[in-house]
Parts: sequence; C-alpha cells; structure tokens
Amino acid sequence: MTTSTTVTRAEYCVVACAEAWRGDGEVLASPMGTIPSVAARLAKLTFAPDLLLTDGEALLIGDVPAVGARSAVTEGWLPYRRHLTMAMGGRRHVMMGASQIDRFGNQNISCVGDWRRPTRQLLGARGAPANSLNNPVSYWIPRHSPRVFVERVDMICGVGYDSAAAAGPSATRFHDLRRVVSDLGVFDFAAPDHAMRLVSVHPGVTPDEVREATGFPLSAPPEVPLTRDPTPDELRLIRDVVDPSGLREREVPTP
Amino acid sequence: MSGNGKVMTPDAIVGRLESGMTLGIGGWGSRRKPMALVRALLRSDVTDLTVVAYGGPDVGLLAAAGRIRKLVTAFVTLDSIPLEPHFRAARERGAFELVELDEAMFMQGLTAAAQRLPFLPVRAGLGSDVLRVNPGLRTVTSPYEDGEELVAVPALRLDAALVHLNRADHLGNGQYLGPDPYFDDLFCEAAETAYVTCERIVDTAELTAHAAPQTLLVSRHAVTGVAETPKGAHFTSCAPDYGRDESFQKEYATAARTPETWQAFHSRFLIGASEEDYQLAVQAWHKEQR
Repeated sequence: MTTSTTVTRAEYCVVACAEAWRGDGEVLASPMGTIPSVAARLAKLTFAPDLLLTDGEALLIGDVPAVGARSAVTEGWLPYRRHLTMAMGGRRHVMMGASQIDRFGNQNISCVGDWRRPTRQLLGARGAPANSLNNPVSYWIPRHSPRVFVERVDMICGVGYDSAAAAGPSATRFHDLRRVVSDLGVFDFAAPDHAMRLVSVHPGVTPDEVREATGFPLSAPPEVPLTRDPTPDELRLIRDVVDPSGLREREVPTP
Repeated sequence: MSGNGKVMTPDAIVGRLESGMTLGIGGWGSRRKPMALVRALLRSDVTDLTVVAYGGPDVGLLAAAGRIRKLVTAFVTLDSIPLEPHFRAARERGAFELVELDEAMFMQGLTAAAQRLPFLPVRAGLGSDVLRVNPGLRTVTSPYEDGEELVAVPALRLDAALVHLNRADHLGNGQYLGPDPYFDDLFCEAAETAYVTCERIVDTAELTAHAAPQTLLVSRHAVTGVAETPKGAHFTSCAPDYGRDESFQKEYATAARTPETWQAFHSRFLIGASEEDYQLAVQAWHKEQR
C-alpha cells in the first residue's frame, strides 16, 4: 500500500513520460523501456483512456495489467506486419530509447563509431527510420549524459528536424517529434528553429546540472519550471496498480 | 504428390543449398527461428552466404561460424538479451558486408520480391543514414499530383527461404498456431525454393480440425520441402508449443564472451552428427542445472 508521500525521481519520470500521450486519442501507445511502459498504462488509466496498448507481442489488450503481468482481455490483433503498417498509417505514438540523440532529435540505436566498422555494434536501425517519418515520436533516456546527448549522432536512425528538412517535403510531411524525457528533465523541439529546449527539470535537479550533462548547447527559459508532481491518485495507481513491484526504481534509482 | 510428398530431413534440405546463395530466414529476433536448419547448415560446408533476416541467433550462429558474406537486416537481437554477441563481434571485426535497412523497408522489399516487382516505394529511410550507408538505394517520384519523392526499396529476391512453423502436412502446407505469423509466408513467396520445418507433420485434415483456416500461413505451391524437427526452433520461442529457453539462451550469450568458452559451447552442442544429438545435449545440460 502507498505509505510514503515522498515522490521518487522514477515517479517524476513516469508522470513526465505519461504526459507525452495526453490528448492523443485513439492511437497506439508504443512504449520502449520500463518507465515508458508504466507511463503509458498510467496515461490510459487517467487522462488518456482511449489509448491502445499491446502485450509486447502481437495482441492489443483490453485491460491494464501491471507491468510484467499477463493481460486477461484481448481487444485486437497486432502482429509485426500490422504493427509496421499501423506505424506507417500514423495512428501510433512511440516512445523509443536512444543510445545517442542530438540537438535536432536525430537518434542512433545502430552502432557507435564508423558504421563501416563500428567500435560498438548495437541493435541496428530497427524501425526508427519509419517511425520518425510516419507517426509521432518521443524519446526516453534513463541516464542523461554527454555520451547520449551528443553534438552529432554516429548513425541517424530516428530522423531529426534538420535531417527531415534537408530530405524534403516527403520527409517532413508527417514528421513530429514530441518530447524527450530523461532522468533529469523534459525537453521539446517546439522552438522556431526546432533545436532541443529544456522544458522542465525534475525536482532536485538544477538547469546547470542538465547543461553539464548535455553535449550540445541547450536553450532554456530564464526560469525553468519543475516537472509537475503526480496527483495523489496517480501516485496510488503507479505504486499499487501499474508497478507494484517497483520496477521503475531499478531503471531510475533514487539519486 | 503421393506417398511421402515433400518430406525431407534437415540435412537433405541443406544438401540442396549451395555456397554463395541468398538465404531468407524466417521468424523475428529470437522467435520461431528455423534453428534445426541453421544447425544443419553448420554441419555442412555451405558458406559465402547472403543472409536476409529479421535477425536473431540464426545470424549469430552463422556469423560465428564465418558463413556469412553479406547480411541484409534491420536488426539482430536475442529479445530478452538486447544485443546478439556474435553479430556484434562480427561487425566490430568487419567480418561481413552489411545492408542495414529499416524494418518497414525490409517488409516492402520482401513484398516486392513476392509480387515480382522491381521495387516498392516507402517513406522510411528519407533523412536517415540508411540512405548514406546504402548508396545503391534510389528514390522514386510519384507520377501523381502529389509528386512525392519516396525510397524505392529493391525486391529482396531469395534463392531459398528457411522457416519454422508449428504444423505442416507432407505436401508442405504450413500452419502457425502462435499469435504472430512474422513474415514467413512472404519469405517463402519471395524465394525460388522454400523449406518448411515444423514441430509435427500431420494429416492435411488434422490441420484445421482444431484451428481456424487462417492459421494456414504457407501454401504448398510455395514450398519445396518439409521436415519434421521437434524443438526445431530451440532455443528461440515457438508459441504455443514452447517458449524461449531463456536459461539456455543465457548460456549461449555467456559462452560467446571469450573464444575459450565459445569453443567449449561449440564442442558440447554443435559438433554432433545430427539434430537429435543437439537435442540430447541440451536435455543433459538442463538436467545438470537442476
């Protein structure tokens, strides 16, 4: 049961990620990572009840089980072929991870170093090129550091605003990067130049700490707001319903 | 077809494959991979392959054995273990040529091949480095009013496709009983020859005795040979017959860390004369873990 009223860093991250899906309506929320998975469930249980969720395999689930628990209600079928088609149709908002992300939202999950012979091979481009050109995309970075927030990514998988603009109208037509959430704060690309901008810091974090952990110049308002607190009901849902075993605290430990 | 129809052994299937071929491998990541055929490939001397796959340990094992000349993929992963250790090591030593595509581009490429089209257009790829690292990829301009410029994904034509399904009949009609067909039908239709392994070969009438007809994913006209290989997807998942063997997959990934531990793994599990030898070695390993 909920006893502590002290909100943990992980719980601020959950709320900040959940906010990404506010107002999305009847689209698939596609979270990658533990905290985005907790967040998508929280959003569906509160301010975004029309969201669609999957079981992480091929089923759309009609209930909201705890993260890691089995769903008991199936409301749809979404094997990979339909999932890819759905992304291309735009009715999906994905929150992806990033091994590297730059100032204009270019993202890399493929490899570090020279692509021809990388120093560190990672996953590969996966669906990031299609996702970023076709449906709204947000990013989740559990450990904010200059190694992740880099001046230039080594391999553009998810397409940023500068790259989309350079590629022309077919690339920008449905391109829509919504927000970046890290363990330190929330960021967006809504400025006229689409450069990454600090939107809020999580309580306990200063804007200077964020700047030091970021490998490119970060614009910010003179007074940086704090990420909002979870409501008592949201806190109860996170702790008792969506993530009772506290998986979120493993992804973002209390500093 | 009469009698045994298209029934073959895994080694007979691999006997039809040749060095230098382009092989499509079905499944996705560490899910329903035709691992019995991959193991049979490792027992053969077939090499210099172009492998086309949504990659998992199939790619890892073939890469570790030096059989891949060129890989066409969007990712290689073990799912519950995000990075495939042999793929990673092979890339970091520059062991093969890579054609890195996006997942949707890959699907369009297979679809184009299945429909005998030279290419299919897709938005994915524009603005990304997938175009930079594949300088041969071209764009195409819509002939309609929109005039959009899109990526023309070339057909991913295959010399042979290898897939693993839950059931099949002796004629090569293949059935999946899990939640996801992946792209196994497209792999078979995109290939000159296609080989299906399955958990059990059953009478044709039995296929739909307890399952809906839309579970019949692969039709015999697209299948060259079929083999019964129980646990043939091991250690990847083959729902609902069995899940991924997570403890064995972990053993595989751990063994890949050093040449010595990989040599020990290889000697214990992969040098047997048959698929049965492999399955017995895995059983013995599991007994030790109890």
